[in-house]
Order: sequence, then C-alpha cells, then structure tokens
Amino acid sequence: MRVQPVVTLLLVLGAAIVLLPFFWMISVSLKPADEIFTPHVDLLPSRLEWSNYARAFTEVPLARFLLNGVIVCAGILVLQILFTVPCAFALAQRRFPGRTLVFGMVLAGLLVPFHVTAIPIFLALARLKLLNGYAALILPFAASVFGMFLFRQFFARLPADLIDAARVDGLSWTAIVWRIAFPLALPAATAFAIFSITAHWNDLFWPLIATSDPAIATPPRGILYFRDQEAGDDVGPLMAAAVVVTAPLVIGFLLAQGAFVRSIATGGLRA
Amino acid sequence: MIELRNVRRRFGRADVLHGISLTIAEGSFTSLLGPSGCGKSTTLRIMAGLDRPSAGQVLMGGRDVSELTPAERNVAMVFQSYALYPHLTVRQNIALPLAMRHMTRLERLPLLSGLMPSARRKRADIARRVEDVARMLGITDLLERKPGQLSGGQQQRAAVGRALVRDPALFLLDEPLSNLDAALRVQMREELTALHRRTGRSFVYVTHDQAEAMSMSDRVVVMMGGRIVQQGAPRTLYDEPASIEVARFIGSHRINLIEVRIENGRLVGPFAHLGVSGSGLPARAVLGLRPEHLRPARGGPVAARLEKAEYLGAETLLHLRLPDGARLRAVAPGSYVPPPEGDGVELEVAPGQAHLFESEGGQRLRVALQRAA
Amino acid sequence: MRPGRRIREALTDLWLVGPGVAAMLALIFVPVALVAVLSFTDYQFGARSFRWVGLENYHRLFTDPIGRKAVTNTLLYVAIVIPFSMTLALLVALGLHRLAQTMPRLSGILQAAYFLPVAATLVAMAIAWQMLLHPSIGPVNAVLKQLGLPAPDWLSDRGLVLYTLAAIGIWQSVGYNMVLFLAGLAAIPRHLYEAAAVDGATRGWERFWTVTWPMLGPTTLFVAVITATNAFRVFETVATLTRGGPAFASDTLVYALYREGFVYFKAGYASAITMVFFVVMMVLTLAQFALIERRVHYR
Repeated sequence: MRVQPVVTLLLVLGAAIVLLPFFWMISVSLKPADEIFTPHVDLLPSRLEWSNYARAFTEVPLARFLLNGVIVCAGILVLQILFTVPCAFALAQRRFPGRTLVFGMVLAGLLVPFHVTAIPIFLALARLKLLNGYAALILPFAASVFGMFLFRQFFARLPADLIDAARVDGLSWTAIVWRIAFPLALPAATAFAIFSITAHWNDLFWPLIATSDPAIATPPRGILYFRDQEAGDDVGPLMAAAVVVTAPLVIGFLLAQGAFVRSIATGGLRA
Repeated sequence: MIELRNVRRRFGRADVLHGISLTIAEGSFTSLLGPSGCGKSTTLRIMAGLDRPSAGQVLMGGRDVSELTPAERNVAMVFQSYALYPHLTVRQNIALPLAMRHMTRLERLPLLSGLMPSARRKRADIARRVEDVARMLGITDLLERKPGQLSGGQQQRAAVGRALVRDPALFLLDEPLSNLDAALRVQMREELTALHRRTGRSFVYVTHDQAEAMSMSDRVVVMMGGRIVQQGAPRTLYDEPASIEVARFIGSHRINLIEVRIENGRLVGPFAHLGVSGSGLPARAVLGLRPEHLRPARGGPVAARLEKAEYLGAETLLHLRLPDGARLRAVAPGSYVPPPEGDGVELEVAPGQAHLFESEGGQRLRVALQRAA
Repeated sequence: MRPGRRIREALTDLWLVGPGVAAMLALIFVPVALVAVLSFTDYQFGARSFRWVGLENYHRLFTDPIGRKAVTNTLLYVAIVIPFSMTLALLVALGLHRLAQTMPRLSGILQAAYFLPVAATLVAMAIAWQMLLHPSIGPVNAVLKQLGLPAPDWLSDRGLVLYTLAAIGIWQSVGYNMVLFLAGLAAIPRHLYEAAAVDGATRGWERFWTVTWPMLGPTTLFVAVITATNAFRVFETVATLTRGGPAFASDTLVYALYREGFVYFKAGYASAITMVFFVVMMVLTLAQFALIERRVHYR
C-alpha cells in the first residue's frame, strides 16, 4: 500500500488545480486595485478590500441581474412543471389514442438541442414583439421534453391502487395529478428543478440572442456587460460580481451535494 | 342494491368475464370467492366504476350507473395494498374524500379557505367526523402519523376509516386482509363483520380464501374462469356444491374425489353400501367425500388401510388407501388412537354427506344417496 | 344533460396532454421544420422576401474558409476534450473510489472539489480564467516568467487559443465524467475482484486490466458520447473569451451559428449551420439512447 499516499497527494494536487480559478476569483475580488495591477503577482490579498463588492453592486445593476435570474429561472421552472407534469402523468397512467405518438414526440424531442430551435423562435418572438422582455427569456423553455421523460418514468411506477383509491375518493383527474401524483414525485421534481435551474441560471446563449436591454439581463449576460463596459481598471469589482453570480449555485451544490450530483448525472440525457 | 346484468369484459383479445349476472342485496355481506385470475377483482372494479364492462349493465338502486364515476356512485373501496396516500397523515387521508365531496374548489384552496366562513364551518365538520371514525376504529392516536410509520394492521384500519368516513352506500373490499399475518387476519375478520353489522350497509368482499368467505359473509359467490359457478349461503355451498370445482374450493380439508361405477342403483366397489336413486343414472360418476365426514368406526362399511396418521391436537388426519389402490383422507377426533400404520381401518360415512358429480364436466348429479339395502 | 362518459374521458385526456403537446409542437417540432426550410434560402432577419438557394448555404459552410474553420475547429476541440477529459476523469474516479475505503471524508471533499466547475456559472468562471491567464496581471504567466519559461498570450495567440479553450473545457467536464465513472465503479460487484485475486491478479494493474476496465466498458462508451455531446455545443467560453477570434482561430459551430444568425442576421446561412450541428447532435444522442438501452439490458 505504498502507492496510497502518492495517489492521495496527486488527487489533492489535482483538486487544487481544479479549484484554482475559484480561488483566484475570490482572491482578486478581495484585493485592492494597486495589488491587482502589479508585475509582482501575489496569491493572497494583503488586506481584504470589501469595497470591490460594494462597487460591483453600484457600477452595474448587479442586484437587478440577480433578480432577473431568479425571475427567469422561477418562471421557466413553474411553466415547465405546469406543462410537463399533467402530460407526463397521462402518458404514464392513462390509455388514450395517440399515446404512443405523444411519447414518440417526447423521445424525438430529446434529440433536439435548444440551439437548433433558436432561429425560428427568435423570428416568432420578434414578430410577436416579445423580444427584450421576460417573456422572451421564459416562454421558449416551457416545454421540457426531458421533464416529461423524467416525470413519466416516475409516474409509471406509481401503484395503480393509489390512483384507483383517489378516483373512488372523488378526486378529479386534475386533482389526482396535483394532489397525489405530483407530491409523490417530489424526488423527480427536485432532480428536475436542480437540473432546470442550473441550466437556465448559467445559460448565456439565449439571453445573448433574445435580449439587448441590460435591465432584463440574466446574471451571465449582465456580467458580460460589466466586463465589456469597464476598460480593464475595474478587475476587483468584476471578480466580485463573478463571485456573487456563481455563489448561489455553488452554495446550493455544497449544501445538497448528493441531490445535485444525481440530478446533473440524470440530466446527461439532455444536458 | 347493486345489480350486474350479463356483464362481460374483454382485455384485448382475452375474455375476462363471460356474462356475470349478480344481485347484491341491501345490507348483505357478499363474498366474491375464487382462485386468482377468476375475474373477481375485475367484477369488483366494475361495481366501483373503476372499470367499465365491454357489454352488459350495472344498476344501483334500479338505475343504470354506467355513466357515473366511482365517486358519483358513492361507493367506498378498501384495497389489498391499502392504497393510503403516503404523503398525507392518517387524518388527512381520512379527511380527503370528505373534503372532495363537500367543499367547493374555492373552499379547498389552502390560503383562501381560512377567510371563508363556509369553508371554516365545513372544515370543522370534517374534523369532527374524522375524529368519530378514528375513535370507532381505535386509531385516534395514529391520526398525525404518515402511513409509512404504521404497521400493516394499523394501515388496514386507516384504510377502512377512509372508506367509512363518508358513509357510502356500498363498501367494496378487495382482499383487504391478505397482507396481514394469520393472527391479525382472524382479528380483523371479526372487526369487519362487526363493522358490517353496525353500519348496516352492503359489503362486497373479494377473497381467494374460502375460510374468510365462509366465516364472514351471508352470501358467497364462487367464480371460476370468468363465470359464476355457484352462489348461495355458505352452508349451501358446503352442503351442496354445484360442481367438483366448488367442492374442491370450499372446506378447510380438501375433499376426497373417487371415481366410481354405478350398477343397479348402487355404487360398485368400496362404497357399495351407498345406493343411488333417480332417473337416467350414468354408469360412471365421481364420488365426493369430505375428510371430516369419514369417521373411523368399528364395523363401518368402508375398509381401508392406514398409511400415515398426522396428529394435529384437536384432530388426527388419516392418510388411507382403499383396496383398489385409491387414496383417501379422513379426519378423526384428536382423542382417536390410530392403529399401527399398515393396519386396516373401518370407516363410516353418512349418505347425506356424500356427493356425486358427473365424471364428464363435474356438475353435481341431482340424485339422492341412501344406505343400500 | 351531461356529456357521456366517453366524451368526458376524452376531454380529460385533452386537458392533461393538450398543453404539453401544443408546447412541444410550437417550441420544438415546428421550429425544427422551419430551420430545415430556412437552410435552403437566403433569408435575412427583417427582410421582406427570400430566394431559394438550394444547397448553397451548406456548400458555403464546407468550402468557405471561415465556415470550414468553424467545422474543423469544433472537431479539433472535441477531439482534444474527449480523450483528456475522460482519461483524467477515470484516473480521478479510480483514485477517489479507492480513497473512499480508507478516508471517506477526504474522498467526499475531493469529489465535491472536482465537481464544482459543473455547477458553477461558466461565464463567470471563464472571466476568472481570463484573469488567471492574463498576460500581465495573471499568476500563470507570472509563474512561467519566474521559471524562465516563455509566457504565451493564451487567448490571443492564433495557434494557441483553441487549445486554451479546450483546456478550460476539460477543466469544466472532468467532474461530470468522474461522477459517471464513479457510478460505473460502484456497480462492479466485489466478488469479481475476489475471483480475480484467487486467479492470481492481485496487483493494482492486474486488477484494473482483468476486472475494472472490462466491466467499465459500457460506462466508458457512454461517457465518451456524453462528453462529445457536451463538447460539440461549446459556446459560453468562446462567446466570453474570444468571440471566435483572433481571426476565427477559435470559431466553433454554435458560435458561428450565433454570429451569422444573430449578429449578421443571415438567417438562411445560420440555419444551414444549425442543421449540420443538429445532425451531429442527433447521431450522438441516438448513440446515447442505444447505450442506455444496452446498459439497462445488462442488468
């Protein structure tokens, strides 16, 4: 077992390299400007310059970006759940003509990355005069075939007796979906929520296309505005903004590591 | 109360029910008894409205209910798996059917309902009824638990509570005891019959366990292969089984079935003391004798050789062989001291307790058996 | 008079399925069809009319130096990311899997560290990379200079920029692949190792070649396909760090799609790029489905 310490050391070293950008981001975000712009590079700040964070929030509407991110992610998630859960339930638990066709659509939909649909959706939103608004950022993601697939797999395992009991107890099908099936699908819903929020909080492609108004920029889009507008002398606040934008998901990940890993790994079906 | 008229059900190409006609009397406790796959659960689901007949009619109180949903039929059902909602407490489980029935969509909204006087009044009413039912079933201290924290018997009681709470016209029970251990099953049998007596409602009880059906119901419907093969009081089924299949299914000891020949109004062979009278007697038949009706008696007319005796305390099970090689089982009282294995045993059988069936088709022969002269 | 039960059931189905199906049609299937049609036209956003141009857009993508550059860059990027990301991920997974038996806590912490880039906002992290690799104020070049090594211009050197982006791509995907490999390792039954030990395979390498590697076969293929799928859609780092430059040295398919379509508003040409990207992604996703199916059957 002599190799064990060497292996452990290598693993720790690798992790250090992986964490280097995070470390540098935080370090620079806390450095005074004169320590950033020196030919002599220090890993750690000599004193903590918290004003970088204050400036990040005042030089650009960073709070607004974060709020936009929350609104967009929440809007997308709510819409996705409203659209996918009943459909997935019907696919799993009801026999109706065209069921195979609809499930075929779900599987076929999994083959289509969002990028492929961007041009026509952009055209449609432009025609509907919806560009540059929350609707443009939210509506295109209403139908999540991945969500339909995930929920369908889960609903298919619900015991038939449970649904029969609910019918006897007088629940309508809509009530069965939302009062019985959906609460029981909480594990699937959690996995889906993590997957959806991660994807849309971090997305740059669509916000770059659909919006040009900084007032509705999502965090990644906003931070690009920040970088492009500053002439290279505001590195500290820029890094502070990067830390702020990255923090919610990273903290969420550290708090619920298992759920995160499982969710993202199942998302491999359609990352 | 509920009536099925020539109900058929096909699943794809398979016929599951071949024309079931059945009337459940008001206030009766009826069991649908049969082996698995006989169509008894499908019949129950059709009564509930969970499944629809491919042909035939379902009537409740003389009215065709085939257009009505399960809830509109006002039936309650207890499932084999109990089917309690795992994410709700026992209290919420029992209250749900009432809330669905008596509160409007608006009143059920969690936030709004606090503001509406009508909702508050109904909520209080529901809470009281849940308490009443819980007290009746002895599960008051379990009300705040989730189903996952309950034992099988407690879940069973909660499921019964959920069925009971809205005072349905008809209780449908689908093998509700089969997931319980033996002791608890006997206790729950008593509780269910007591419940039936107290509510006075009609119960339809699906089971594959003949002892359950016989001990609990006032009427048993035996189903096999998607057909009703016999229905009647438990005693009738036991005393006059309509066919070999029924005779085999009913009774705690498996009935002896022996091929016999009939000549000149009497049986040929070891049971020659039994005479048959009636018109159009066949030459061959199957004699059915319940083990508990074959009693060892010195000088008895049937001679057999003892192969093995199983002492069970209250009774002794005798494994015997007839001179012609056929096997025979008999039950003697526990006090009986069997002879050494291999010795002869003489047996007595009352003619009124012997059954004759057609050797082809197995239907009961409508003939009288008596002691031959 | 209420509608009959059959009609009510049909209305229920429609109510449950209808919105989802409508959304799928409006947001996926109709757009895909439109993209396919647009790719044969010279349509520009905002134009009043368009002309059918047949395969011209496709022809241009594969013959025009800039178009070709996007294709070859993407292929090169994927070709670099797949082997490096997978090899590193496999090594890390093997190490952590073993470490979990002796030091589970440390193994868990390291696992989180490797996975962190997957959850982090890539745009923000790309900017952090930009600062790390900054020619004058970045620590990477400072260290190189101190060691007396050449300090290249990572993100503006034409010959280097794609490799830099690929390195960031590897950094970002190792943790994801590690998780998939760890799952594969956890699924290998212990008794196989015991059997291998009885047969004389006791040393680490022998165990790896006789048991681990063959048993990881399906996982490895699956990871390769997933890595390819993710690498093909590289966009965030390009858009943040290079905008395809310098001189299209780091142009990729999705970035070209974005630039042609939404910066130059050449919808027809961008649609052709989209279709090429779509075909590649479809093949990869179908391969993924097939592999999932097979893995399910193995169990």
